[in-house]
Amino acid sequence: MVSGSKPLLTVEGLSKSFGDRQILKSISFTVMDGETFVLIGPSGSGKTTVLRCLNRLEVPDAGDIRLGDEPVGYRLVAESHTREALSEAALARQQRQFGFVFQRFNLFPHLTALDNVAVGPHRVLGLSKAQALERAATELERVRLGAHLAKRPSQLSGGQQQRVAIARALAMRPRLILFDEPTSALDPELVHEVLDVMRALAAEGMTMIVVTHEMSFARQVANRVMVMADGLVVEEGPPERIFGEPRDARTRQFLTHVLNR
Amino acid sequence: MGIDWESIEMAIPLLAVGAMTTLKISSLAMVIGGIGGIVLGLVSLSHWRAGRWFVRGYVDFVRGTPLLIQIFLVFFGLPVLGLRLGEFWAGTLALSFNCAGYVAEVVRGTVGSVEKGQTEAARSIGMTHGQILVYILLPQSLRPMIPALTNDLVTLVKNSSLLSVISVYELTRSGQAIIAARFVPFEIFALLAIYYYVIVSALTYASRLVERRLPSW
Repeated sequence: MVSGSKPLLTVEGLSKSFGDRQILKSISFTVMDGETFVLIGPSGSGKTTVLRCLNRLEVPDAGDIRLGDEPVGYRLVAESHTREALSEAALARQQRQFGFVFQRFNLFPHLTALDNVAVGPHRVLGLSKAQALERAATELERVRLGAHLAKRPSQLSGGQQQRVAIARALAMRPRLILFDEPTSALDPELVHEVLDVMRALAAEGMTMIVVTHEMSFARQVANRVMVMADGLVVEEGPPERIFGEPRDARTRQFLTHVLNR
Repeated sequence: MGIDWESIEMAIPLLAVGAMTTLKISSLAMVIGGIGGIVLGLVSLSHWRAGRWFVRGYVDFVRGTPLLIQIFLVFFGLPVLGLRLGEFWAGTLALSFNCAGYVAEVVRGTVGSVEKGQTEAARSIGMTHGQILVYILLPQSLRPMIPALTNDLVTLVKNSSLLSVISVYELTRSGQAIIAARFVPFEIFALLAIYYYVIVSALTYASRLVERRLPSW
C-alpha cells in the first residue's frame, strides 16, 4: 500500500450478470490514492468486467462504488435517504474522472494523434481549441510521441496507438486510469514501450488499476495485486507475497500456468 | 413514317431549358433533403424518445405512401396552411420531404453500425451521446454512406419527373408540351430518356469522385 495515502476508490459488493451467467459475485476492494493496483487471474474471471463497471460501460447489478466521497452512478437524496440515478450529463462528468485504456486502443480513426487527444479537452472540458491542442501536444510528448502528432492511427504502430490512447486519457486529467489488458493486442516487441510509459506514470504517482497478463510488470510495478477467479476475489496483497507465497490454490495454479508458458 | 429529325432538332434546346429546371430543383432538394435527413437520422439514434418516435412516423409515412400523393399533399396542403409558394417551391419541398426520409434511414444504418469501441472510447472521455454522434460517429460514416446516398439522390432526380403533374416545367413537363404541339411522342420520350440518363450518369460519376476523395481509415 502506498504509505500515508487515503482511499481513492472503494468498491463494495459489486455484482454483475450477463443473462443468467453471473460474472461478478460481490467483489469488494479499495484502491489508495497514487497506487498501482493490478488485477490478475484466468480469462473469464471477470477482471475486465470490474473495470467496465467502474466507469459505467456496464451498469452493475448491485454494489457500491465510491470515488473519494462521491458515489458513482447515483446520488443520495438527503431528505429521503434514497438513491437517485444520475442524469446523462452528470454521469458523463463522472465518467471522465476515470481514464480508460482499451485492449484494442479504440482511437478515433478519422482524427490525427493530436486531435484524438485534444477532442476531449476541447469538446468536454470546454478548453479553447488552441489550449486543447497545446495540452494534447504536451501529453503526446510525455508518452514520447512528439514526432507523430499529425499522423492518423492507421499510420501508427500498435504500441504508438496505445500510447496515444494513454495520452488521450491523461489529457482529461482523470483521478485514476483503468487499463484493460493494454498490451494484449500488441506484437511482443512493442509491449515494452507501453509498459515503460505505464511505469513512468506509476512513478509520478498516477493512480492506476491495471488488468494484465504481464506478470513481470505486476511484480515490479504494482503496489498491490488482486487475484480473481470465477467472479470472486481469491486473494489480494503486495506482489512479493502474491508471487512469492501465494495462499490460495487457485492463485498457485494460475501462476504456475502463466509463468511456465 | 420514320423518325421526325426536324422535331428532334427543335426539341433539343427546349428540353435543355427544362433540364436546367430539373437540375435546379434536384440540387435544392438534395441539399434540403440531405441536411434534413442527416438531422432526422441522428435524432433517430439519439436518446430523445419523442424525437425518435417522430422520425419513426416520418419515415414510415414517406415510405408507406406514393411520392405522387406526397407531391399533391404538399402542393394543395401549403395553401391550406396559408403558404402560397408556387409550383416550383412546392415541388422542391415535396421532393426534399421525401428524400429526407430515405436519407434518414441511410444515416441511421451507417452511423449506427460504427464499431462499438468508438462509442465506448468517447464515453470514457466523458462525451455525451449527442457529442458522440456528431463528433465521433457521423464523420466516420460519411464515406461508407456515399453509395447508399447516391442511390437515393439518383432516385430523387428521376422522381423529379413526377413534378410534371403540378405543372413544374421541368424536363418531363417540357417534353409533354412539345409532344402536345407536334405529336412526336416516341422521339421526345427517347430524348427525355437520354437527358435523364446523362444527368444521372454525371451524378454517379461525381459521387465516385467524392467517395475517392474522402479519406478511408
